[in-house]
Amino acid sequence: MSEVERHSYDVVVIGAGGAGLRAAIEARSQGMRTAVVCKSLFGKAHTVMAEGGIAASMGNVNSNDNWQVHFRDTMRGGKFLNYWRMAELHAQEAPDRVWELETWGALFDRTGDGRISQRNFGGHEYPRLAHVGDRTGLELIRTLQQKIVALQQEDEQEFGDPEARLKVFQEATVTRLLTVPDSGSEDGARITGAFGYWRESGRFVVFEAPAVVLATGGIGKSFKVTSNSWEYTGDGQALALLAGASLINMEFVQFHPTGMVWPPSVKGILVTESVRGDGGVLRNSEGKRFMFDYIPDVFKEKYAKSEEEGDRWYTDPDNNRRPPELLPRDEVARAINAEVKEGRGTPHGGVYLDVSSRLPADVIRRKLPSMHHQFKELADVDITAEPMEVGPTCHYVMGGIEVDPDTAATPGVLGLYAAGEVAGGMHGSNRLGGNSLSDLLVFGRRAGLYAAEYVTELGDARRDVDQGQIDEAAAEAVAPFANEGAENPYSVHQELQQTMNDLVGIIRREGEMAEALTRLEELKARAAKAGVEGHRQYNPGWHLALDLRNMLLVSECIAKAALEREESRGGHTREDHPGMSADWRKVVLACALAADDGHIDLVRRSPEPMRADLLALFDRDELKKYLTDAELPAEEEGSD
Amino acid sequence: MSYKANFRVWRGDVDSGELRDYTVEVNEGEVVLDIIHRLQATQAPDLAVRWNCKAGKCGSCSAEINGRPRLLCMTRMSTFSQEETITVTPMRTFPVIRDLVTDVSFNYAKARKVPSFTPPEGLKAGEYRMQQVDVERSQEFRKCIECYLCQNTCHVIRDFEDNKEAFSGPRYLMRIAELDMHPLDVADRQKAAQDEHGLGYCNITKCCTEVCPEHIKITDNALIPMKERVADRKYDPIVWLGDKIRRRK
Ligand SMILES: Cc1cc2nc3c(=O)[nH]c(=O)nc-3n(C[C@H](O)[C@H](O)[C@H](O)COP(=O)(O)OP(=O)(O)OC[C@H]3O[C@@H](n4cnc5c(N)ncnc54)[C@H](O)[C@@H]3O)c2cc1C
Ligand code: SF4
Ligand code: SF4
Ligand code: FES
Repeated sequence: MSEVERHSYDVVVIGAGGAGLRAAIEARSQGMRTAVVCKSLFGKAHTVMAEGGIAASMGNVNSNDNWQVHFRDTMRGGKFLNYWRMAELHAQEAPDRVWELETWGALFDRTGDGRISQRNFGGHEYPRLAHVGDRTGLELIRTLQQKIVALQQEDEQEFGDPEARLKVFQEATVTRLLTVPDSGSEDGARITGAFGYWRESGRFVVFEAPAVVLATGGIGKSFKVTSNSWEYTGDGQALALLAGASLINMEFVQFHPTGMVWPPSVKGILVTESVRGDGGVLRNSEGKRFMFDYIPDVFKEKYAKSEEEGDRWYTDPDNNRRPPELLPRDEVARAINAEVKEGRGTPHGGVYLDVSSRLPADVIRRKLPSMHHQFKELADVDITAEPMEVGPTCHYVMGGIEVDPDTAATPGVLGLYAAGEVAGGMHGSNRLGGNSLSDLLVFGRRAGLYAAEYVTELGDARRDVDQGQIDEAAAEAVAPFANEGAENPYSVHQELQQTMNDLVGIIRREGEMAEALTRLEELKARAAKAGVEGHRQYNPGWHLALDLRNMLLVSECIAKAALEREESRGGHTREDHPGMSADWRKVVLACALAADDGHIDLVRRSPEPMRADLLALFDRDELKKYLTDAELPAEEEGSD
Repeated sequence: MSYKANFRVWRGDVDSGELRDYTVEVNEGEVVLDIIHRLQATQAPDLAVRWNCKAGKCGSCSAEINGRPRLLCMTRMSTFSQEETITVTPMRTFPVIRDLVTDVSFNYAKARKVPSFTPPEGLKAGEYRMQQVDVERSQEFRKCIECYLCQNTCHVIRDFEDNKEAFSGPRYLMRIAELDMHPLDVADRQKAAQDEHGLGYCNITKCCTEVCPEHIKITDNALIPMKERVADRKYDPIVWLGDKIRRRK
């Protein structure tokens, strides 16, 4: 192959969302020469879209809050499947990560006494989400972006070159991780760098680095109705698989209960949970607040029994229970699905979400400015005067790359780290709102820190990239130009989205998932023949043709794992296995690339039992709902 | 309810380009970006356009529609008549890369010239105290999604390429105002606004404000107050210090 542009770094971070930027800041602060690579312009990553807030038990609004309560809520939300060590670190470190943002210039909304204000959100016992109106993600990304600029200004002073130690390579897509076999283990690999192309010119670029942090976000573009952007094609998950890492918990996909349903072109766009956190209620076409009929047994004691009690909770949370509109997302999404199915939906197939009858117009405009704007501009709906129509939308993937909870290192691939939505484990079977932004910062920082530590220890023992791999990656990337128009990548993508939406969606059945796997095989064959026209300069058809590989691999993981798990839990609902099973809680499904390279193998793993001091944070009665008898802590003398 | 619309889209690169005509289906409720995507999927697979959120939150999809700077994802087709030919061109102030995609690196370069937030020495993380009323001014400016439509519109650089060196544009003058109005920022920013970022070039025409999709009152709330601050102080260090101390209590 011809000469390829090359850059050499200590740490390469793939992804410029919250997780990637925080990782890069850390790696650079540890003295590493660091590169950030991202598909969009710097500052446009998906994180920018986050609305509601960032969860951290600072206790500014309710001083009863602390990390233990946050930990407990996170485990409950994830139905105890979470990697508890990640949930623990997350709850402990989130407040520091939020406060640190203030020192970099973030301006959160304030409490009366001048501290960071915190709002209620589904599944969080106390008001816990630091926020800026409903544009928290923008604040987060801008703050991190500006911190990176600050670091670059330091380098400008010191070296006369702002990019001496930290450079952002924007609008570049990585298509392969480069590895060499790791001499220290049987079948392990070791990172040597990454291969990609510039979106602008279509030219190839190689990053040589002993450590790579994957922070590429989620997979929503495999589904038809989604709140996710074009970037969410499962790249990081696929890159990790192809390099020899495993994905865990891929059956758990979060369908956010409230996406826009009309007009068709905006179907799926998110309506933030803050609407409910701030008082909005859900009604069916008969005007009924149906959520009261859908409180599951595990949560019976924690939610209001009547509308009156639920309404009182907003002003007097200590003496009342919260309204069921604020149940975890999986519960609300299933309820909406059921209402619509039983014929009590709105004209456009959703349910009503109403704040107009609950809050004065000026309060709505102040607390939910971007929702007000979004509905007005895109749907001609004034949310201060009429209800919104909403329905479930594919929003977040709980599953992801298997990582070590403390260091974010991926077992099996030395030098590979993963953080943010692309990593699995932290959220178990269902993520609580606000727990992603905090996850990005806590584990982004850890990934950067431990990647730096690894590189430092490695010293001079770096390995060169293998030219053969570069040639293969280049050949793979140009292949679609040889397939002259055989298959239209856009059509293959649309069919993939329809398949996943219809057959591996919010409610799942064995026969349908088996059917999905058959169709995925057909689509794989068609994707291999996807052809593109034109040249390599900024060619979206080509980009999509390359993304198909990733979406198909990840979709296969989701479908296989979902077919295997014969129970319902969090973001995985089986109509044919409606109950939650304590035995299945002890099973983590891991996906790895099969030896033939084209398929996914499923392996069962047993999660480590939770530490006793963490178990002790829960009542024994509550634990009984989740754990097998053998796992329960010994009964105390004299207790009931 | 669907109909065929006439679109005229600029196709080309740095070297050459032309407006090309397309007839394309439009359905109820769609925005211009939907139509561009339909063109990609059916007639022009290599048509280059930037977008991310499709909800007016990321500021990627800026272009000019019938000559007016707009976000493609927030411009509804229902604002045009069915007979009208809709012309979509790239932002004019920045060099074109291909089709609707422009080189916006000017903005990143200017961003790097604004010294970052400078908190008081010794103030620890977790100890920041600010009142809501005091942060609101800067919060308005932090709503900016960096779509660069204001930068594209401001005649100081739209019509005079040579000014790009001396003038940072409304977005970054507003960034300076944001930091200057931050209750805890201790750096002196007013002199630099004038001397290094070209605040004096702005003749408060408000064209930037008019195109801001976030409805930020750039001119009234950021640029004019900055001009006043600069004029008032005339860089008298005693005046400046006194002001900071008063604002911080
Ligand atoms: C509408 C919406 C609202 C949300 N609101 C909230 C909220 O209020 N609170 C909360 O906690 N969570 C929220 N979430 C979830 C949260 O925003 C995301 O989970 C989180 O931002 C993901 O961040 P990340 O850093 O993992 O990835 P992202 O921010 O998505 O960044 C991924 C980065 O990776 C890059 N990338 C991807 N693939 C490649 C490749 N092949 N090569 C190079 N670069 C690549 C992308 O360009 C991008 O820069 C929301 C999500 C959505 C969609
Ligand atoms: S008000 Fe100033 S910055 Fe805005 S467009 Fe006019 S001259 Fe440019
Ligand atoms: S100030 Fe408004 S117009 Fe200018 S970049 Fe920001 S959002 Fe865009
Ligand atoms: S696509 Fe994000 S603003 Fe238009």
